[in-house]
Amino acid sequence: MATSFQTAVENLRATRVWKSIFRRGPAITNRTRSVAVFGNLFLHWLPVKVREKSLRVRAAYYLGSLSFLLFLLLVVTGVLLMFYYHPAAPNAYRDMKDLRFVVSNGVFLRNMHRIAAHLMVLLVFCHMFHVFYRGGYKPPHEFNWVVGVVLLLVTLFLSYTGYLLPWDQLAFWAVTVGTNIVSAMPIIGSKVRFVALGGNIVGENALLRFYVLHVVILPLLAFLFIGVHFWRVQKDGGLTVRSKDDDGKN
Amino acid sequence: MSDTKEITRRDFLSEITVGALGVAGLGGAALTYQYFSPNVLFEPSTTFRAGNPDLYPANSVTFLQDQQVYIVRTPDGFFAVSAVCTHLGCVTQWKPEANIIACPCHGSKFEPNGKKIEGPAPRPLPHFSVTLTADGELLVDKLQVIKADQVLKV
Repeated sequence: MATSFQTAVENLRATRVWKSIFRRGPAITNRTRSVAVFGNLFLHWLPVKVREKSLRVRAAYYLGSLSFLLFLLLVVTGVLLMFYYHPAAPNAYRDMKDLRFVVSNGVFLRNMHRIAAHLMVLLVFCHMFHVFYRGGYKPPHEFNWVVGVVLLLVTLFLSYTGYLLPWDQLAFWAVTVGTNIVSAMPIIGSKVRFVALGGNIVGENALLRFYVLHVVILPLLAFLFIGVHFWRVQKDGGLTVRSKDDDGKN
Repeated sequence: MSDTKEITRRDFLSEITVGALGVAGLGGAALTYQYFSPNVLFEPSTTFRAGNPDLYPANSVTFLQDQQVYIVRTPDGFFAVSAVCTHLGCVTQWKPEANIIACPCHGSKFEPNGKKIEGPAPRPLPHFSVTLTADGELLVDKLQVIKADQVLKV
């Protein structure tokens, strides 16, 4: 028996607007299913056939998906926070305080962003350990393991650059200490620190640089590598190593 | 009760879920609207002191550029006229040689009391409330629009 929700969806699919957007009937045969995948910008990069096994729901399957959901949540809350935040001294600290004490629901959004960021770092590590102990780095998954390591680094850099933005004592000293660790690199260390901070001290240049990295460059890199990561999961035929009775044919 | 339609547990739960997600979505939209309405504005104050009345000669129109207001003194008394054109918000100019207030953007013309002479402006320039402070200075409140025939006698 169809629920009223299903009936509503069926009625929507019968409308002219829906048909003008999707240009096809229901995906009921193999051919119409692949046409549906090819004709959709957001699905066309999937393989024509997806193994049912690779879509099977298990608790640990969700470590990666939850990391991705947290990333989306961080993008949404982060964009909202950007509406009240000026990446300059002394506004940055005042804006952070305003978000906590003056702006309606500001403390809710800020804490959602902050806690989701902590959780994302935790879950990305859990995801990595799970994949490691399942042997997910073995052929044919070696490349996707490397993409995953890049995503781990992007996550850590996002977390670290975001740490400076409140422009409080914790932020200032964390970045002072962190960039001094960078300058311990032989030969190029102090140069890398100078370019990363845009100066010799953690000042306004550093705040603006970390802001641009945090809200533009690193999120774009994350989206790019997440796309490759998901695509390779399907191309490699699932999340973990195939069992011996699985001959690899679709 | 035999004609009551039976619904399965799965249908019931899925309808409850869709309903709950809908309520959560509406709540989220409401919270986001609240978030986007600032509680504190970092804008200039809308009330300002325009100095001692003796600063303004009789029968004069004085443009206060910072506040975008004309202080007009007539034999009857003082009034304050907005210098912002009611057409599209350009700042008008006082032309003493023609005794008019003219807008440089689209050519609207006003009398010194704000009354529209010609041009695309739909309304006359509004008058703002003028009062005297305890120490005898003019106080203009740009949020309080008053009738054009009200003047402050000093």
